[in-house]
Amino acid sequence: MLIFEHSRPGRRNYSQSPATKAEKQNIPQNLLRKSPMLLPEVSEMDAVRHYTRLSQKNFSIDTEFYPLGSCTMKYNPRACNALAMLPQFLARHPLAPENTGQGFLACMYELQEILKDVTGMAGVSLTPMAGAQGELIGVMMIRAYHEAHGDKNRTEIIIPDAAHGTNPATAVMCGYKVVEIATDKEGNVDMAALKAAVGPQTAGLMLTNPSTLGVFEENIAEMSRIVHEAGGLLYYDGANLNAVLGKVKPGDMGFDVIHINLHKTFSTPHGGGGPGAAPVGVAERLLPFLPVPMVTQEKGIYRWLTEKDFPQTIGRLSAHMGNAGVLLRAYVYVRLLGAEGMNRVSEHAALNANYLMAELRRAGFEIAFPTRRASHEFIVTLKDIKEKTGVTAMNLAKRLLDKGYHAPTTYFPILIPECLLIEPAETESKETLDAFVAAMKEILLEIEQQPDLVKTAPHNMPSRKLDDVKAARELDLSWKPN
Amino acid sequence: MSIPTHLKYTKSHEWIKAESDGTVTIGITQHAQELLGDMVFVELPKIGRTLAQKEECAVVESVKAAADVYSPLAGEVVAVNSELESSPEKINQDPYLAWLFKLKLANAADLESLLDAQGYEKVLESEEH
Repeated sequence: MLIFEHSRPGRRNYSQSPATKAEKQNIPQNLLRKSPMLLPEVSEMDAVRHYTRLSQKNFSIDTEFYPLGSCTMKYNPRACNALAMLPQFLARHPLAPENTGQGFLACMYELQEILKDVTGMAGVSLTPMAGAQGELIGVMMIRAYHEAHGDKNRTEIIIPDAAHGTNPATAVMCGYKVVEIATDKEGNVDMAALKAAVGPQTAGLMLTNPSTLGVFEENIAEMSRIVHEAGGLLYYDGANLNAVLGKVKPGDMGFDVIHINLHKTFSTPHGGGGPGAAPVGVAERLLPFLPVPMVTQEKGIYRWLTEKDFPQTIGRLSAHMGNAGVLLRAYVYVRLLGAEGMNRVSEHAALNANYLMAELRRAGFEIAFPTRRASHEFIVTLKDIKEKTGVTAMNLAKRLLDKGYHAPTTYFPILIPECLLIEPAETESKETLDAFVAAMKEILLEIEQQPDLVKTAPHNMPSRKLDDVKAARELDLSWKPN
Repeated sequence: MSIPTHLKYTKSHEWIKAESDGTVTIGITQHAQELLGDMVFVELPKIGRTLAQKEECAVVESVKAAADVYSPLAGEVVAVNSELESSPEKINQDPYLAWLFKLKLANAADLESLLDAQGYEKVLESEEH
C-alpha cells in the first residue's frame, strides 16, 4: 500500500507543520503553481506506521543471509559508519580551506595510497561515484591515451562473453565498437578467439578476473602479453576484487586501468542504488589522465591536486570529492583490517564459496564448472531439474525467500542456462552456510515431491509472485488519484 | 522441437525466409524465444538502412534479458513489422509468424551460405552439450 492510499483530505500532522507560512520572495508570477501539490495527507502516526512497516518488509544484509552473486553483499561494520559520521566530518564544508581540513585530506590521501598498494597501480583517483562511472572513466582514459598518441584507428574494445553487462555498455558509451570473444569449457577466455580478435584496431580489452563465472583466468599473463603487443590496453573490472585481495595485484597481472567497487570489496553500504564509490587506479602511462581532484602530501601538509597539476586530466566527475562519506567508510574499513586482514578477506571469501559449493554438490545440485575451484562465487545450474520437473531457477529463488534467505543472482551470467550465481561473501559463519544448505536441500526434496509448491512460490512473503511481464509491458511509475 | 524445413537459419538463432519478390523476411527462432522468455520490448531497424552481414540491427528484450538481433545477410531494410512494438508477445506466441524485418539482399546468392533446418538442428544439439 502506498502512502498516498492512506491519505484522507484535511488530515494533518500539526505538531510537525511549520508554524508560519513561508514568504514568497520575488518569484515571478508565471513560475508560481496554480494548484496545490499532490501530497499525501496523513497523521504523524499514519506516517510512522507506514514507513516502519515498509522497513520491516526489507530483505537486507542486516537481517538475512544475502548470497547475491557478483554483488558482494557482505556485512558493513558499524564502526565504519560511526567514525565516518563524526561531527567534524559531517560539518566540514567541501569548499573549506585546505588548512582547516587536513584530517579529511589525510584520510583521502591514505585511502589513495592503500588502494594503490593493494591493486599494484601507479596512481588512484577516488572521485567516481558509482561502479558505472568508474568504468566509464576507465575507458575514457584509454581513449584519451590513444588520442594523445595520435593513434586514431583504434576503434574496438574486446570483451569476453562472460563479462558484466556494464562492460560493453561502457565501451559503446565511449564510442567504441565491441568485439565479443567466447569462453571455453573450463570457463577461461578462448585464447584462439582472443588472438583472432586482436589487431591494430584494438583499443583495449575489458576483463573481470576472477570472472563472473567464479573462476580465475588461468592465462591472464599470456592474454596481457597478446593485447599489449598489439598496442591495446587492459582494463580490469574490479567487481570481484574481494576474491584476490592481498593475494595478487591486478597491476602485476599487467592491467593498465582498474575500477574498484568500494561498495563491494571495501564493504561500504550498497543496494538500492547507492551511494556508490568506484575509485580508478592506473598504470604509469595513464597517470596524466586521472580525474581530479586527488590529494597529495608534502612534508606532512596535505593539499588538493587539480587541473593545474594534471593539465591532461579527463576532468571532474562531481562538484567536489565524489561520495566523500562513502570514501571515509572505506578508509575506516581498510584501517580496521590492516594488511593482514586484507589477506583474510580473500581467504575467507574463497573458503566460504568453496565450502558452500562442495556442500551443495553433496546435496545433489549440479555445479556449472565442477572441475574448477571457486574464486569467491560459483554457479549452480538447474538445467536438468527444469527438464525433468519444469521447476526453474527463478522458482527456486522465490522459494528461498520463503525460507528466509535472499535469493542468489539468477540467470546471470547468461551463458549458463537456469543458473544461480551464489556468493556467500567472507563475513558469514559456517552455521549460516550450513543452514542455507539445509534450506536448499529442503527445496530439492520439495521439487521431487511437490513441484507445484515451488513453482508457485513465494508463499510466506508480503506479496505473492508478481506479474513481472505485465509490470515490464505496462510500466506505471507515478501514482494518480482515481 | 520442430524446426520448419522451408526456412534458413543462422547460428545466432535468426530464421530467414526467401520471398517470391526477391526479398527475405527475418525473425528469431522458437529456440531463441524460449530462451529469452516473455518479450516486453522490441526495437526494429529503420526502413532504408543498409546492413552488413552480422551487423546488430534490432533488439528483443524479455523480462530476463535484452538480446541483439544480427542481420543474417547484407542488404537494405525494406519493411519492418512495427506491430511488434506494441505487441512484443506475438514473438512468444508464434516466432515463425512474428517476423521482424525484410531485406532486399545485396547479393541473392548469399542466401545459400545460411544453415538449413538440419544444420540448425545440429547447432542446437551442440549448444545442449
